[in-house]
This record gives sequence, structure tokens and C-alpha cells, in this order.
Amino acid sequence: MALKASQLKVGDKHEAVVVRELSRTQIVQYAGASGDYNPLHTDEVFTTQVAGYPSIFAHGMLSMGLTGTMLTNYVGDGRLTKFGVRFVSQVFPGDTLTAKAEVEAIRSEGGQHFVDLKLSTVNQDGKEVVQGSASARIDP
Amino acid sequence: MVDRFPVEAGHILLFARAVGDKNPIYYDEDAAKKTEPGGIIAPPTFVQASAQFEPNYGLRPKIGERWHGSGKTPSGSNAEPPAEQAPRGGGGGGSGLHAEQHYEYHRHLKPGDVLHSVNKPGKTWEAEGRRAGKLKFSESITEYYDQNNNLVITARSVGVQTERPVAQG
Repeated sequence: MALKASQLKVGDKHEAVVVRELSRTQIVQYAGASGDYNPLHTDEVFTTQVAGYPSIFAHGMLSMGLTGTMLTNYVGDGRLTKFGVRFVSQVFPGDTLTAKAEVEAIRSEGGQHFVDLKLSTVNQDGKEVVQGSASARIDP
Repeated sequence: MVDRFPVEAGHILLFARAVGDKNPIYYDEDAAKKTEPGGIIAPPTFVQASAQFEPNYGLRPKIGERWHGSGKTPSGSNAEPPAEQAPRGGGGGGSGLHAEQHYEYHRHLKPGDVLHSVNKPGKTWEAEGRRAGKLKFSESITEYYDQNNNLVITARSVGVQTERPVAQG
């Protein structure tokens, strides 16, 4: 199921909806699994009344994790060599996110083939929330 | 810094659920055997859960200590939130937020691995933001080693301290 260098070209695109109408409960699930209990992500009272935000918002790492789901489904299990993101905008409860990858380069290094991808995750309004890049080992 | 982060199958399952990942390689041993890695592995951002094993992690309530989130009052503590990773709440002030995260995988984690990490400070810089005032960025590098002292993941994280809450729109 891995990608093949012979069948890829620069500009190839892949995308997937990684969450539909993100629930507060899924954010709580992420807090519990990751261990990041920052009240800005799960405590509406603190976040609106003390921190001054309109609502709680998702951990940046949850939007990276959701983006990673698209990525590993695309490049195959255990193939990722690099994955990096910038958190561009906050993700709020109710958001639907689509994660996108675009092939930037196909290269070989020491007899091994790799693909470099540009990543972008957008919300239901087309606003970018995560911007990033990744590399993965691919078949010839 | 984490002295001991045991990578466990149940924890990987909970983490994969939280990021909405249905791939059986994260929970089904039999299905995972038939994949190229040949067994359960962890999702690419799983190593972030090392926070669970960091004794002084500031964003986890500590048994018997006051917590800055809400309880009887909107902020349960008059005390300052923990200095390091904590948000600076109060008076509509700014917050500590995560700005960037980068991982380099030397190999993928599997249940049974026992990791430890070493932190190295990175660069710090300032910028003027349109939506949150003055921004102070600081970078940190974390190297995760396995039970054989082999480097498995190199992580680079950038945090930002904002002057005021990020304006929306």
C-alpha cells in the first residue's frame, strides 16, 4: 500500500476529511490521552471568563494528530520519516477539518526513495489551520 | 525531561481514538502482524503523550495542589499558574500557545519500548503579531531515546507567549 516513485509526480494531491464538527468531548479525549490538561482546551468557564477567548479551542497537537491520520493513510504504515507543522489558526468545537497533501519532490538518497509533501489543513470556511511538510519512504 | 516513558498498547489505542484514527495497526495485533512494520506501532504524534510521564509537567493537576482551571470560581487558584508551560490567565491577558511542532522519525514506536528524553534549549525570538500583540517565541529540542539508548525521535517544538488573547477573524 506504500506509494511508488514510478507512479508519483510533483503536484499530485491527496486529501481527506479528518474530523466532522469537532466535539468538545473529542477535545477532552485528546486531553486525557496526551496528558495536556491545559484548561484553555477543556474548561469553558476558565477560557471565556479568565483567559479572554470566545470559547475553548482544540490543542494544536490535536489538529496535528488529525492531519497525521490523513498522512499515514496516504504514505502507508511506518513510512513517515519527517512530519512538521505550524499552527496557523485555532480550531474550535464544531469545526470540520480537511487535511491536504501535495507532492513537492520525489528523490532518492542512498538507494532509497522518498517523497516530500506540502501539507495544509483547512476548516469548513477554507481557512488554513495547520501548515506543514512531511517526508516518507516510498517504493521504487 | 522524561526519565521513563513506557510505551503501552492501551495508551496507543486511546491516543489513536482521540485523533480519530481507525487504522487497525494502532490496536489490532493480528491485523498489525500482516502490515509492513509487522506489529502495532504508535501514531506519528504519540510521543507528545510523554507529558504524562513528566513529573513536573505544569499542565496536569497535581494531587493535593491547587489548579488554575475553574472549580467553585472561574479560576480555581489565586496562585499564579505554574510558570513554565502554563497559560497566563487573568485580566484578558495573553497565553502560552503552541506555535510549531516538528518530528524526525529514526524508527516508529511500538508497545514495549521504554523511552527517556533529553531536552536542549533552542533559539528565542520576538515578533509583532497582528492578532495578539507582541509575540515571544522559544524553541526547544527533545531527543527521545529507547531502552537500548538509540535515538528514535527528534522533536522540535516552538512555543509562543502572546501579549493578549489571539483575535479571531
